[in-house]
Amino acid sequence: MSRLAVPKTYKLYIGGKFPRSESGRTYEVTTRSGEFLANAAKASRKDARDAVVAARSAVSGWSGATPYNRGQVLYRIAELLEGRRVQFISEIEQSEGISIEAATAQVDEAIDRWVWYAGWADKYVQVAGNANPVSGPYFNLSVPEPTGVVAIVAPQKSSLLGLVSVVAPALVAGNTVVVIASEALPLSAISLSEVLATSDVPGGVVNILTGSPAEITPWLASHADVNALDLTGAGDLDWIDLEIAAAETLKRVLRPGGGADLAAPSLDRITALTETKTVWHTKSLI
Amino acid sequence: MTETTKAVVPRATALEMFDGPVTDANLRRYLEGIPGVDAVGLEQRAAGLGTRSIKTTSKKWALDTIIELIDLTTLEGADTPGKVRSLVAKAITPDASDPSTPRVAAVCVYGDMVPYAVQALGSHHSRGTDSGINVAAVATAFPSGRASLAVKLSDTADAVQSGADEIDMVIDRGAFLAGRYGQVFDEIVAVKEACRRADGTYAHLKVILETGELNTYDNVRRASWLSILAGGDFIKTSTGKVSPAATLPVTLLMLEVVRDWHRLTGEKIGVKPAGGIRTSKDAIKYLVTVAETVGEDWLQPHLFRFGASSLLNDVLLQRQKMTTGHYSGADYVTID
Repeated sequence: MSRLAVPKTYKLYIGGKFPRSESGRTYEVTTRSGEFLANAAKASRKDARDAVVAARSAVSGWSGATPYNRGQVLYRIAELLEGRRVQFISEIEQSEGISIEAATAQVDEAIDRWVWYAGWADKYVQVAGNANPVSGPYFNLSVPEPTGVVAIVAPQKSSLLGLVSVVAPALVAGNTVVVIASEALPLSAISLSEVLATSDVPGGVVNILTGSPAEITPWLASHADVNALDLTGAGDLDWIDLEIAAAETLKRVLRPGGGADLAAPSLDRITALTETKTVWHTKSLI
Repeated sequence: MTETTKAVVPRATALEMFDGPVTDANLRRYLEGIPGVDAVGLEQRAAGLGTRSIKTTSKKWALDTIIELIDLTTLEGADTPGKVRSLVAKAITPDASDPSTPRVAAVCVYGDMVPYAVQALGSHHSRGTDSGINVAAVATAFPSGRASLAVKLSDTADAVQSGADEIDMVIDRGAFLAGRYGQVFDEIVAVKEACRRADGTYAHLKVILETGELNTYDNVRRASWLSILAGGDFIKTSTGKVSPAATLPVTLLMLEVVRDWHRLTGEKIGVKPAGGIRTSKDAIKYLVTVAETVGEDWLQPHLFRFGASSLLNDVLLQRQKMTTGHYSGADYVTID
């Protein structure tokens, strides 16, 4: 007996919930050869606005969590990714049109990378911070602190690995994230949002928009309540204009990546989205 | 903005309507004779009014109007003179980055903070004129209203003497719910009298019904009539200390009473929803409801106010979005 196909219509992930796009728009996600895979929500500027509001309200909780706790929460996501491995592999295989081995390799690499970043949560401050020598009886300490809300354009040619490579480093330090997924390959991002929704990550810490980066990114770049803009996947956009728009409100900007791996794992990706706080403290009480 | 001539207390119309003295029995006969409220119809109408789409130039007008109608409020146990001064500074200059931003209608504080508010306002204080910012004070053992009449009256007189232009009084909900309408009526009349200044003018009297404690729409309608009959210049939904505070259906209901009173007597009574209105989107729904129920005439500070504190910042963010073309953030408005 043949079964009726169940065509899926996915939604956005904002503030821990799955709303439809405010605009009501959707677009078709297809395989490389053009066969229908699913419908995805096409986010509008107002969805981006709502996502920033959700991300902003999640900043205090997420950045206030202890680094150890953040590490645990992030590691738990890796566990859940592992549990959904088969689903991710099959989605990547279908949408990217690659072999099952290549898809498996991508998912494994993504999970490994997530674990690698999770481990940094309670270590990066020791490495990036410093006790500065000063001429006086004071401790002078510089420590990195999260910058706040980070808007990210995920790499467009990678389903899961690209997304993980830009989202995880932003989360490590305690930033909250609004990420625009790959327009053509959004299925892994949608599945990741389902993972996040069932994990311990508080709602609003990660907000995932599907749709056109060309349409949404300018609104995030000029948004005064966004603290940093990661343009790793914006290489095909007019990213110089985006950088200029971001400069109006003094955002940190990460320029589009190059090379095969647009966002290779590195400590720099974590520290690029932090601010340095320097404090003075007397060495002794006399 | 102060009442200068009308000093008939209670309203002469009230006496005409009862065709006899204002007694519990007469009031009960009158108020309980008012037809009941169609709750489903009311909520549906309110929901319908909330769906209007207000965009571009209309939205710009609406945002400016909302600011002009705000009673910028701080009613905390932890209020300090410094906090009142910063509230007043915000009332005078809501958005330092845009001098074209209108000023709010009034600042609303506890009675003992009135002198600080008056002092901080300086030349911006309206002092009984139509321009400038009013000082509103809550009185009569706000928010519970649980004190003797003597205490309530001296609370009111004290605020008026300190320079308050408007008094926000609470009705005795206990007496109202127990059916002692006469007591509620007499208290409003007495408080109105306590609003009299040395020169014979009156401070504006807003009567807080605290609709969240009145339980039914029928009660809200009765309390609205009662307050208007007794001489209130404004009827106000809530103290902001009880949940639910202002809701759109309740405000619509009160506006309908005001409309009916206007048809009956020609007098214009004000309405003030307070508490729980935090976003421009919500506030615009109220503007639509006012315009559609009593008419655009009411969209002026004499006749309609928002009791709010965080609403102002949201309106300013929306306003900045409209002027600059990009979304603004909380870092670009002052904190409360």
